Amino acid sequence: MSTVLDISNKGVPGTDLPAKSEENVQYVNELTTLNLGPTHPATHGIFQNILQMDGEKIVSGEQTIGYIHRAFEKIAERRPFYQITTLTDRMNYCSSPINNFGWHMTVEKLLGITVPKRAEYIRVIMMELARIADHLICNGILGVDTGAFTGFLYLFEERENIYEIYEEVCGARLTTNMGRIGGMERDLSAEAIRKIRAFIKRFPPIMREFEKLFNRNRIFMDRVVDVGGITGERALNYGFTGPNLRAAGVDYDVRVMNPYSSYQDFEFDIPVGKSGDTYDRFMVRNGEIWESLRIIEQAIENLPEGPYFADAPEYYLPPKKEVYRNMEALIYHFKIVMGEIDAPVGEVYHSVEGGNGELGFYLISDGGRAPYRLHFRRPSFIYYQAYPEMCVGTTLSDAIVIMSSLNVIAGELDS
Amino acid sequence: MTNEEVAKDLIRQFGEDVYDFDDPYGMLTLSTKREQIIPMLRYLKDHSLYQISFLTTLCGIHYPDDPNPEREYCIVYQLHSLVNNFRLRIKVFLSEADLHIPTATTVYLSANWMERETYDFFGVIFDGHPKLTRILNMEDMDYFPMRKQYPLEDPTREDKIDALFGR
Repeated sequence: MSTVLDISNKGVPGTDLPAKSEENVQYVNELTTLNLGPTHPATHGIFQNILQMDGEKIVSGEQTIGYIHRAFEKIAERRPFYQITTLTDRMNYCSSPINNFGWHMTVEKLLGITVPKRAEYIRVIMMELARIADHLICNGILGVDTGAFTGFLYLFEERENIYEIYEEVCGARLTTNMGRIGGMERDLSAEAIRKIRAFIKRFPPIMREFEKLFNRNRIFMDRVVDVGGITGERALNYGFTGPNLRAAGVDYDVRVMNPYSSYQDFEFDIPVGKSGDTYDRFMVRNGEIWESLRIIEQAIENLPEGPYFADAPEYYLPPKKEVYRNMEALIYHFKIVMGEIDAPVGEVYHSVEGGNGELGFYLISDGGRAPYRLHFRRPSFIYYQAYPEMCVGTTLSDAIVIMSSLNVIAGELDS
Repeated sequence: MTNEEVAKDLIRQFGEDVYDFDDPYGMLTLSTKREQIIPMLRYLKDHSLYQISFLTTLCGIHYPDDPNPEREYCIVYQLHSLVNNFRLRIKVFLSEADLHIPTATTVYLSANWMERETYDFFGVIFDGHPKLTRILNMEDMDYFPMRKQYPLEDPTREDKIDALFGR
């Protein structure tokens, strides 16, 4: 509650208190320090923003991050390649299959393994489902942050369906370790294919309903149009990638520029925004959901027959049945589990288009079983630097919407 | 625009200061001296043809076993030209005694947190950085955890022998 300040020199009305002096009123112009986070319902993760407010306006801001730093890069230096997926899982936990396959592809690039087409198509399906789930969360929560809960509720049901597909493929829902170095852990079952087809059928009307609720909604547009805009040039300088960069009008997408995992086989468009504001980010993500759906449709229709893992016995665990009956399989099983396989010496950088942008893996191998050094390029860590600049001059409610539309995932931010 | 072209152009421009050319997995990799790193980043960024103007990653590496103490630390800049789809990796080697390198924040705003992270992990001082403090670890930490001398596991434990588990 704020009280009305009487700055006339007549004393406080109705009391005997003396008149307010000039010094008394000066505090009106003082800045207020406001802690947005570390635990705040609108940060959707644990990180702090210390905002300096002049009344309603944000004058400056500073982020404090690292609250869930788990030293993944250090831990990775002691883990065999195949155990690192448990770390990548937990980076962007909204789209963990993309992180995991990205890591597997990095190792495959280092080892020179060619993955069969079927495995690549299955990966594409899973990665695009993950992208849809990631964007659904971001856009759904953007709705919640502007005061509309319905869209979030509608979309979360669909996200649940995606997670059920994950469950069918690998048994897990959030930390999906469904890939292996060299391919997939198992083939898509008939039930999984049925579920994916059912999802493709069921999802579009719900997505259309969501778009009808938001895209031209006056209240929503008033909250997001021209809020937190950034120019393409500035965004590039800040290291933006992914939907946030594309909303600013730069059509950089790793899937198109450096196709991996057979992305060149599919027909899809890259939605690009113009002003880089919150509305454009929202619309670009919506557009990408449709494009992902197109990719999944093509991949499931043209799913090639054949093996779902590469012929890389030194890295891909043999089937359990073979281990008991076949001497080579037993030897390879033992060697993989005990880590007696030497990787080639070399350094490799591989990047995939994650939910938030270019997710890169810089792997340096000295020939041992674990990486000598592994650096993750986490998109949110890099573009979150621009947050204060995007907030300055706006109000607190705008700052929350901007943060929400940037889709900063605390796990990826801190790694 | 091929690796050779860019390499030749860089040699023409920087002469003796660029060396160790390599292209592991197709990515042009080269080393330079720390005095030349900022001019080189700027040259590549302002080059009208190359336009290598996107800083993909910046990270450190620690090589404690390198026989040459001048090459104990390595700072890696990975750049990308979005126009030509060309990637480039530049390395700068530093010694433990003189862990200083000019900041790249004057060229790329995105270098700010990447350099803070590298400082946090390896203790490399980026001269001229606007705010070189720890970013992921807590402020009062008194060591740089990504250096190889700090083991991940408690070294006094006997149930986890390196020869059996891990490196």
